[in-house]
Amino acid sequence: MNVVFKPDETFRDDFTFRNSPEAIRRFPLPFPEDRYMYSVNIEEHLPGPPGSVIEFPIDIDEHYVAECRERALVLAEEPRRFQALPHMMSSQWDCLELIMESLARDYPQHFALERRGSRWVWTNRPLQIHQTFTFGDPATLPQEPLEYITRQAQGDWVVMDQREGDLWCEAGMVTTQADWSLDFDMGMSFKEWHGPVPLAHEMGVFDRALKFLLNLRLNEPVRRLNWTMTIHPRLDTSPENYYKWGPDRATVTPQNAGNKAHLRVELQGLWRLPRSNAIVFSIRAYLISMQELVTVPKWARRVHRVLRDLHPALVDYKGLSRYRDAVVEYLAPFDDGAPTSPGTAPE
Amino acid sequence: MNHADTIVVRVVAIEQVTPQIKHFTLAPAAGGNFPAFSGGSHIIVVMRGVNRIHRNPYSLMSSPGQLETYEVSVRRMEQSRGGSHFMHDQVQVGNELEIAHPVNLFPLDKIARKHLLIAGGIGITPFMAQLADLRTAGVPYELHYATRSPEHCAFGGLLSEREPGRVQKYYDCTGELIDFEGLLSNQPLGTHVYVCGPAPMIEKVVATARERGWPDSHIHWEQFSAPPVGDAFDVYLARSSLKVHVVPDQSLLESIEAAGVEVPYLCRGGVCGFCRTKVVEVDGTLVHNDHFLSDEEKASGKTIMPCVSRARCSKLVLDL
Ligand code: FES
Repeated sequence: MNVVFKPDETFRDDFTFRNSPEAIRRFPLPFPEDRYMYSVNIEEHLPGPPGSVIEFPIDIDEHYVAECRERALVLAEEPRRFQALPHMMSSQWDCLELIMESLARDYPQHFALERRGSRWVWTNRPLQIHQTFTFGDPATLPQEPLEYITRQAQGDWVVMDQREGDLWCEAGMVTTQADWSLDFDMGMSFKEWHGPVPLAHEMGVFDRALKFLLNLRLNEPVRRLNWTMTIHPRLDTSPENYYKWGPDRATVTPQNAGNKAHLRVELQGLWRLPRSNAIVFSIRAYLISMQELVTVPKWARRVHRVLRDLHPALVDYKGLSRYRDAVVEYLAPFDDGAPTSPGTAPE
Repeated sequence: MNHADTIVVRVVAIEQVTPQIKHFTLAPAAGGNFPAFSGGSHIIVVMRGVNRIHRNPYSLMSSPGQLETYEVSVRRMEQSRGGSHFMHDQVQVGNELEIAHPVNLFPLDKIARKHLLIAGGIGITPFMAQLADLRTAGVPYELHYATRSPEHCAFGGLLSEREPGRVQKYYDCTGELIDFEGLLSNQPLGTHVYVCGPAPMIEKVVATARERGWPDSHIHWEQFSAPPVGDAFDVYLARSSLKVHVVPDQSLLESIEAAGVEVPYLCRGGVCGFCRTKVVEVDGTLVHNDHFLSDEEKASGKTIMPCVSRARCSKLVLDL
C-alpha cells in the first residue's frame, strides 16, 4: 500500500485527526461477534491480508508523521515518558534492530537500512532523518537506542526483562496510552502490572498468559487486540494528565457522540528479543470516531450491540460509565436488528 | 508450535577436542548470518538418519557477538540412542543439517552483582557463550570447571587464555574436588550461581546453596537428559486413534512424531515442560526421567513428558 501521510493532523487542542475512507476500511475491529467478553485471545503474529494492519509485523499508516510529532510534543513536556534501567541496554539495541529491519524491509519507499558490520546507516524519508551510527555504541546516537527508534515509530513500546520466572517492566516509551503510566509501572512484575483487570484473575488468564510468554520464542511473535474508548482523538490519555482528558467524559451527549466518542483499539504485539532474551511489548492504538464507524453498516450494528450488552464490570473498568449510554443512543438508529455476518471484515 | 521454521546449516569444521567430544562449526547454508542469540541458549539439531530422525538439543558455544557461524560440542554417549552417535559417526564437513531457532532456558540474570559458574564435563558448553557476554558486561564472575583429567578438559587452554585469573580447573584424576561448601559460603550478596554438569554435581550445588540460605531465584541449573534406553512398549494415541510401537532406543516423543503426530516441545531434555501430555491409561508403571514434574505429579501418574520419559507396560494410552 502506498501510504499518503497527513502530517498536519493533531491529537490535542483542535483535534484535526480524521481517518480517510481507506483507513476506516482497514480499521482493526476487535469484535468478531455481537457480544464481548474479556479473553487473552493471543495468536501468532503472522502476516495478514495485503492492506490490513497486520500485513506487516509493524504497521505504518497515514497518521505516522503526525503521531511522531505528537510523541515529540509529549516528550518535550514530560521526558520521563521514556525510561530504561541500566541493565536493559542490550534489549534497547534489540528493539532498534527489530524496528529498523521491519520498516526497511516492508516499506522500502520510506525507510532504508544499510548494515556494514557494526556500522549502520538509517534513512527515514517521511521524517527526513539520515543517521550513521555504530550498532552497540550508544554514544553514536542522539538519544538512547530505544528512545531514538521509538521517536520514529507509532505506538508505545515496553520492554520486559525475564528472570525469576517472571517478566519485569524495565524500559519503555509510553506516550499514547490508555490510562496507565510507565513511571508508575516501572520495575513491576507481569502480574502486578496486570493487577486491576476485573474478572481476569478469577479466570486464571494471567497465569496462563505469563506461562505462555515466558516460553515465547525467537522469530515467533504473537499478538492480540484490546480495546477501550476515548473522547476526542486523544492519543495521550495518561493518568498524569487526567485533569486534561477526564472531564471530557462528562460532555458526551447522543447528539455529539458521533464526533466525540472514539473506539480505541490496541494492536498489541510481543516479540522475544535475541541478544537480551527480553520481551518487547508494542501497544499500537488505532482510533475511529463513531461517525466514521457507522459508515460501515455491519460495524455500526455490531458495536451498538457490544456496547449495549457489555458486562457492567467491564463498562466500569474501561472507564465508559459516564458516556456509554449516550454512545449507545447515538448508535441505536444504525442498528436495524439485522444479523451481522461472522468475523470483522467490513462486509 | 511446530518447527516448520528451521534453518538449513552446513557443517564447515569438525574438531575432536577430547577423546569423547567433537566440536562442530555450522554456517547458514543460504549464506549470510545466523539470528542473534543470548549466552545460555540451545538449538535443536535435526538429523535425518536412514530410517529415523533425531532431534537433539545442544548449547550454543560460539560468541553471541559473532553470527557468521554457530558452534556446538557433542559428547558421545556410551548408552546412546542415536543422536550423539549420528553426530560423531555420520556427520562430515560439507554435510547439511537443520536447526531450530535458539531458545534460552539458562539465561544469565541481568541484575546479578556477581556470577558464579560451575561446570562439570560437557556442562561447560552453555558457559562458553555466556562468558563471551560476561567479558563485556562489567560484572565480576568466575568459573569453576571440573573434568576427569587434563585430556578430557575441553577448551581448557582456550579458557585459561581468555579468562586469566577467572577460571579454576579441577581434575578427578589428581583428586581435586570443587569445594562447594567453601565456594557457596563466601560470596558477596547478590551473587547468582549457575551449574551445568552431571546430575550429582547439580544436586550437590543446589542442595548446598539452599542450606547456605541462597534464595532459589539465585540458583540456576541446566541439565538436558538424553532419553534413556528402556523396554519396548505400545502407546495408543486416543485422539488420533493410532497405535505406535516404541522400540528400546527411541524416545516416546520420537516414536509419536514418526507416526505423524506433532507434540509441542522446546528443550527435548525434560526441562521446559512443553511436551507435557495427559496419560489416559497405563497397565504398568511410568518411568519419569524429566526434571519438570514434581514428585507428587510423577507419583500421580496423570501426566508424562514424552521427550525423555517412557513406560514399563504393555499398553499406554495418551491424550494425543
Ligand atoms: S520438550 Fe521440554 S520437557 Fe519435553
